[in-house]
Amino acid sequence: MVSATVSAPSSQDDIPAVAGVACHGLVKDFGSGENRLRVLHGIDVDVRCGEMTLLVGPSGCGKTTLISIIAGLLKPTSGDISLFGTPQSALRGDRLVDFRAHNVGFVFQQYNLLPSLSAVENVAIPLLVVGRRRPAALQRAAAVLREVGLGERLHSPPTKLSGGQQQRVAIARALVHEPRLLVCDEPTAALDAQSGQTVMGLLKQVAVKPDRTVIVVTHDSRVFQFGDRVLEMADGRIVHDSVTPRGSHGIVHTENSAP
Amino acid sequence: MIWVAWRMLTGDTAKYLGAVFGVAFGVLLITQQASVFVGIISRTANPISDVREASIWVCDEYLQNADEIEPMADNAVYRVRGVEGIEWAVRLYKGMARARKPNGLFRQVILLGIDDQSLVGAPRKILMGDLASLRRPSAVFIDKSGYESLWPGEPLEIGREIEMNDRRAVIVGICETSAPFQSFPVIIACYSQATGFVARERNQLSFVVGAPVPGVSPAEACQRITAQTGLMAMTYREFVWLTIKYYLENTGIPVNFGITIVLGFVVGTAIAGQTFYLFTLENLRHFGALKAMGVNNKRITGMVLLQSLVIGLIGYALGVGMAVAFFEGTKQSLPQLRGINIPWQIAVGSGAVMLVIMTLASLLSLRKVLTLEPAVVFRG
Repeated sequence: MVSATVSAPSSQDDIPAVAGVACHGLVKDFGSGENRLRVLHGIDVDVRCGEMTLLVGPSGCGKTTLISIIAGLLKPTSGDISLFGTPQSALRGDRLVDFRAHNVGFVFQQYNLLPSLSAVENVAIPLLVVGRRRPAALQRAAAVLREVGLGERLHSPPTKLSGGQQQRVAIARALVHEPRLLVCDEPTAALDAQSGQTVMGLLKQVAVKPDRTVIVVTHDSRVFQFGDRVLEMADGRIVHDSVTPRGSHGIVHTENSAP
Repeated sequence: MIWVAWRMLTGDTAKYLGAVFGVAFGVLLITQQASVFVGIISRTANPISDVREASIWVCDEYLQNADEIEPMADNAVYRVRGVEGIEWAVRLYKGMARARKPNGLFRQVILLGIDDQSLVGAPRKILMGDLASLRRPSAVFIDKSGYESLWPGEPLEIGREIEMNDRRAVIVGICETSAPFQSFPVIIACYSQATGFVARERNQLSFVVGAPVPGVSPAEACQRITAQTGLMAMTYREFVWLTIKYYLENTGIPVNFGITIVLGFVVGTAIAGQTFYLFTLENLRHFGALKAMGVNNKRITGMVLLQSLVIGLIGYALGVGMAVAFFEGTKQSLPQLRGINIPWQIAVGSGAVMLVIMTLASLLSLRKVLTLEPAVVFRG
């Protein structure tokens, strides 16, 4: 079993490494009986605020399942998870949905923008979900879109935007309501190398904040350079936990007891 | 989120119009087929409906419908007049005759013989001629459709002659009548003339029609007539339904049309329900994204129901509009559909049917949406 924990905050900038997400003994099974398939084998990991954590590994290793559980989209079979000090087990039904609406932002591999809405309308959705009035939501959405460099394309429908631009709209949508957890699933997978670098640079620039946890699932080794920390998964376990030269908020101990 | 639902619905014009027109064609099928059925079955009672003055119909006690008639003795009219509570009662002849043009072309016609003095049962809408001229020797009125079938493509003209039972008849008027079930021309003459246009039988009186004095209901008057004369007496409404019921029970119309209507219903349901269901399925991924972003099931349900309601309402209005346009458009070009329109009950009924269809489609769609794991958005 692999365990990766933060033992002490000691960043260069003296920023305390706060654990935004804390997972302990996370197990996830799909199916039942003889068809039961275990995809997560007791994951213990703390993911800190203020840095970009990359979750890497080959296809089918459990990355997507892990972030689905962290984001509250899937329930673990066993184990505990807490988000910013709140145990997820204490959030049920609409409370969990509401928590997600206020605290989690998503960037999807396929963008998942509503094709019938313009860029600014797409970005406004999370604000409408949390009850903001439409004019205020659209105003704020426009500001965030300008921040990601799409001020000229506010009213363009997604179909009129390039892949890189669509992903920037998706990033703006994920950040518009100032979530404390940002979950990005293969944000560069559908992009060419140049656009991928741009998108990751943008994420690094606008998403990473001291009070926000950013988790990026990727198997694109070209973007590893943008991570502060890289968690490598294989067969439902975290097999390697490393801090890149850019990220040094804490001392990381990695115990490898995987079979 | 209502606004998002509305934009999701209308943003993709092709999908939106596809769903709306799917519902519209479903409504059109259901409304049009049901209206044609009701229109055709109502035609069986049109000879009764056209005699608007009469609230009481008296006939042979074994009569089963308005077309198969066992004539009564001519004195039946006096027996009915003798019943207390009857204000007036007159003779009415209804039968079939053969009308031959001078060039030898002939057609079977429906012959109506109305009371010589009162002209009760005379057509209400006269297009050409004077009703009083019906009292002249050999004078007849003919309905416009019948005229056009006897003299196709020729202008309406009075003074033309036909021959019925070797007797000359002169057309002195052209009128509108309700479309008869058999689609034959309708010829109207005075009772005394009409009975001469057909082969002589011992009894020739088809019906006695009348009305009760004020204060006596038609139903009560009918009871008195039956009790006193032994003849069958019915109110206008009872006679209409007796005839309609006969055709429903003894002809292939309800079965054949029933199949058509059921098929229309099934096809309409399939088109309307499926298009909306597919519309929701195509948006499933987006609903998944919205769920991931924190839209709860209650709001998702509201969004799907709003979309269903909008598509249903617009589709219904378009469908009924197309059905109305169909009947209006074919009024002149298809005389076979003359007099067939959309009864309000069918308009309301097809609306109710559409509501059920859209509700079912919404529930099916909702089941998919509500059980959708939001984590699906991470799967490529």
